[in-house]
Amino acid sequence: MPYKKFCLVCSGKQCASGQSEEIYKELKKLTMEKGICQDVQIVRTGCFGLCSKGPIVKILPDETFYVNVGVKDARAIIDEHIIAGQPVENLMLRHENPAKESRFYQKQVRIALRNCGIINPEDITEYIARDGYAALSMALFEMEPKDIIEELKKSGLRGRGGAGFPTWMKWKFTHDIRDQADEIFIICNADEGDPGAYMDRSILEGDPQSVLEAMALAGYACGSSMGYIYIRAEYPLAIERLYKAMDQAREYGLLGKNILGSGFDFDIEIRLGAGAFVCGEETALIASIEGERGMPRPRPPFPAVKGLWGKPTVINNVETYANIPKIILRGGDWFSRIGTEKSKGTKVFALTGKINNSGLVEVPMGTTLREIIYDVGGGIPNGKAFKAAQTGGPSGGVITAEHLDTPIDYETLGALGSMMGSGGMIVMDEDDCIVDVTKFYLDFSVDESCGKCAPCRIGGRKMYNILRKITMGKGTMEHIQQLRALAVPMQKASLCGLGQSAPNPILSTLRYFEEEYLAHIRDHRCPAGVCKALVTYTINPDICIGCTVCSRKCPNNCITGERKKPHVIDQDNCIKCGICYEGCKFGAVQIA
Amino acid sequence: MDTQQELRLSDDLLAFIDIWKEKRGNLIMILHRIQQDFGYVPKKIAIELSRYIDVPLAKIYGVLTFYHYFKQEKPGRNTLAVCTGTACYLKGAQDLLHEVENLLGAGVKQTTEDGEFSVEAVRCIGCCGLSPVMTINDEVFGVLKTDELAGIISKFHSKSSGQQ
Ligand SMILES: Cc1cc2nc3c(=O)[nH]c(=O)nc-3n(C[C@H](O)[C@H](O)[C@H](O)COP(=O)(O)O)c2cc1C
Ligand code: SF4
Ligand code: SF4
Ligand code: SF4
Ligand code: FES
Ligand code: FES
Repeated sequence: MPYKKFCLVCSGKQCASGQSEEIYKELKKLTMEKGICQDVQIVRTGCFGLCSKGPIVKILPDETFYVNVGVKDARAIIDEHIIAGQPVENLMLRHENPAKESRFYQKQVRIALRNCGIINPEDITEYIARDGYAALSMALFEMEPKDIIEELKKSGLRGRGGAGFPTWMKWKFTHDIRDQADEIFIICNADEGDPGAYMDRSILEGDPQSVLEAMALAGYACGSSMGYIYIRAEYPLAIERLYKAMDQAREYGLLGKNILGSGFDFDIEIRLGAGAFVCGEETALIASIEGERGMPRPRPPFPAVKGLWGKPTVINNVETYANIPKIILRGGDWFSRIGTEKSKGTKVFALTGKINNSGLVEVPMGTTLREIIYDVGGGIPNGKAFKAAQTGGPSGGVITAEHLDTPIDYETLGALGSMMGSGGMIVMDEDDCIVDVTKFYLDFSVDESCGKCAPCRIGGRKMYNILRKITMGKGTMEHIQQLRALAVPMQKASLCGLGQSAPNPILSTLRYFEEEYLAHIRDHRCPAGVCKALVTYTINPDICIGCTVCSRKCPNNCITGERKKPHVIDQDNCIKCGICYEGCKFGAVQIA
Repeated sequence: MDTQQELRLSDDLLAFIDIWKEKRGNLIMILHRIQQDFGYVPKKIAIELSRYIDVPLAKIYGVLTFYHYFKQEKPGRNTLAVCTGTACYLKGAQDLLHEVENLLGAGVKQTTEDGEFSVEAVRCIGCCGLSPVMTINDEVFGVLKTDELAGIISKFHSKSSGQQ
């Protein structure tokens, strides 16, 4: 008997930290108690993308979204909604402004995330029920390998891992030399190293089968029978779901020997990363799968010709793969109608930082930053002013308020001095210091440099040291020139993308925020009040009402004053911890 | 992890290694499995492994030292990790780290003297919506304030009553 209702419980990581598993169990228990487990199915799903409002529960077919659900709410959901048919008003996703709230999904188009939050990722039949493996079976029985590549070409799909290289071209290189090679490999890059992004993890946790199907399609198109998924060891849930997904796919004859009786063999093995960012770079990744230290190798030869164990290798990113079954099924023309002239389809962003609706969003290429931040993301919290959005992580740059209306695609972001990157999008407000954030990225790149070539190893360290001096109030005007002078040769002479792109955050922020650098150097002032060495806390006597809160909280006992009289900070002893600033409810403590 | 665990390749491990021995590029996968069992890669095991799979010890250590994920020292009973990814950095991850160091007397990559806690800095654990984030073992603590740390940490201390 079919179920009448489905109750989807998000088991993504952020909801799980809010006890979604307990909610799931409670809902299950209640359906047993009430004897309605034949009518309603409780399903664990992947991330819905609205993580900052989790735990999330969704009821289908009603399309009701419940947010911030607690274990205690399970009973109301079952009694009132499932049994009595009355949605539980106070849990529903509806806020100050309903029209605005629903825009979180309205501007989104879900292709790569089509199944995330909708199917149970641990059950292959749910994937199949939503056209899963239809593309593979169509390809195996009705298409030649070259037809698949032709569809990809029409679609205009470009790599989502950072560089934006046309996917069809990579596949074609390998396809064309397949007869000369005794082995060919397909690799999925699931190393996701950008320190503020988690698109790929959510796809693997929410819809692992889509990636397996796409890899099999790549195998068929390029003449390979073996694939590897290189995934960070830090993603245990995604790894577990991949293993389960592979087992089920083999059981259903969708992976392994003679897939669907077509005579085509393809299997996949998982290889774990071990916490080296540089291993996201394709040649380093290949070295790592080979069991070596993950050092990049010079290109050419490109992996498409000489990759894993010296054999032709196609390597693509998780999100790139997730798009492919849908493209094959609906045709490249369909996909190419979405997006801009040179950037087709959609892009998933992990929208984080100073933003109201932090979470995963998938928008058509060409959507403006303003739409992403204000419509989808719900704007900046606490009435603060937008300062910049950072894309491309440690390889990227910033987009400022004046460019909020630029349609986002590979080309426009590049022209602005940033890059699409893998999809991290970090929103900064007036309280964030540009120099400090840039230092953060440089610190990351220096830490992750493999040390193989000097421009990256030495240049990166030098630039980091300069930034550190500036944030400590020891910067000089020459430092700005030095930064520029170091950046360009490092971009040109580094062996791999890490060193080549590590200076990007510096060049980009110098371009748009040189004044803020100068404020640190010339005026010994951090306008955002972040760089501790440059901040002075003072109490404004006109505002202070003498509540004594700050003097009691100050860890160094350097605030004095009588009750109900203005207080004073002893600057010589102040350690600039900022506790008084955060603690004063009247805004009397000010940053200078 | 059993503190009295014997430092030798168990039958389970040997069976695992036997399967992987035949595959190309197996070393990292084997080291992962060893770390899973012991919590780190003990020197004694590395030597034994080197003999068993006939790979020079220098090569094993070359790989171990390249990858941050592998540990060569025995970790504490609990692993406390502060996320220092971008979103968490912007929302005060450094302050959390300082407070952790204050409270435990152990900084990043260190273990407390009583062996209770190892402190780590990790990069984006994918809970940016809850930043700043810290994990202790598998539990995630989000939207953290420095003054909440003492209470949370004490729950994990083996001498505390709130222990799981
Ligand atoms: C330092 C560095 C780190 C990278 N990290 C990743 C990563 O984490 N995930 C990813 O898919 N690609 C990453 N890339 C890009 C890959 O080298 C490669 O271009 C990509 O996996 C190709 O897949 P795509 O064409 O589908 O984007 C990185 C590149 C560099 C230089
Ligand atoms: S650019 Fe940096 S990360 Fe890349 S090979 Fe050179 S040293 Fe290693
Ligand atoms: S907390 Fe604010 S109002 Fe109260 S004494 Fe301190 S500065 Fe004055
Ligand atoms: S910044 Fe810290 S040390 Fe300085 S006055 Fe305020 S509370 Fe005291
Ligand atoms: S983890 Fe539940 S909505 Fe993202
Ligand atoms: S940056 Fe901390 S969870 Fe993403």
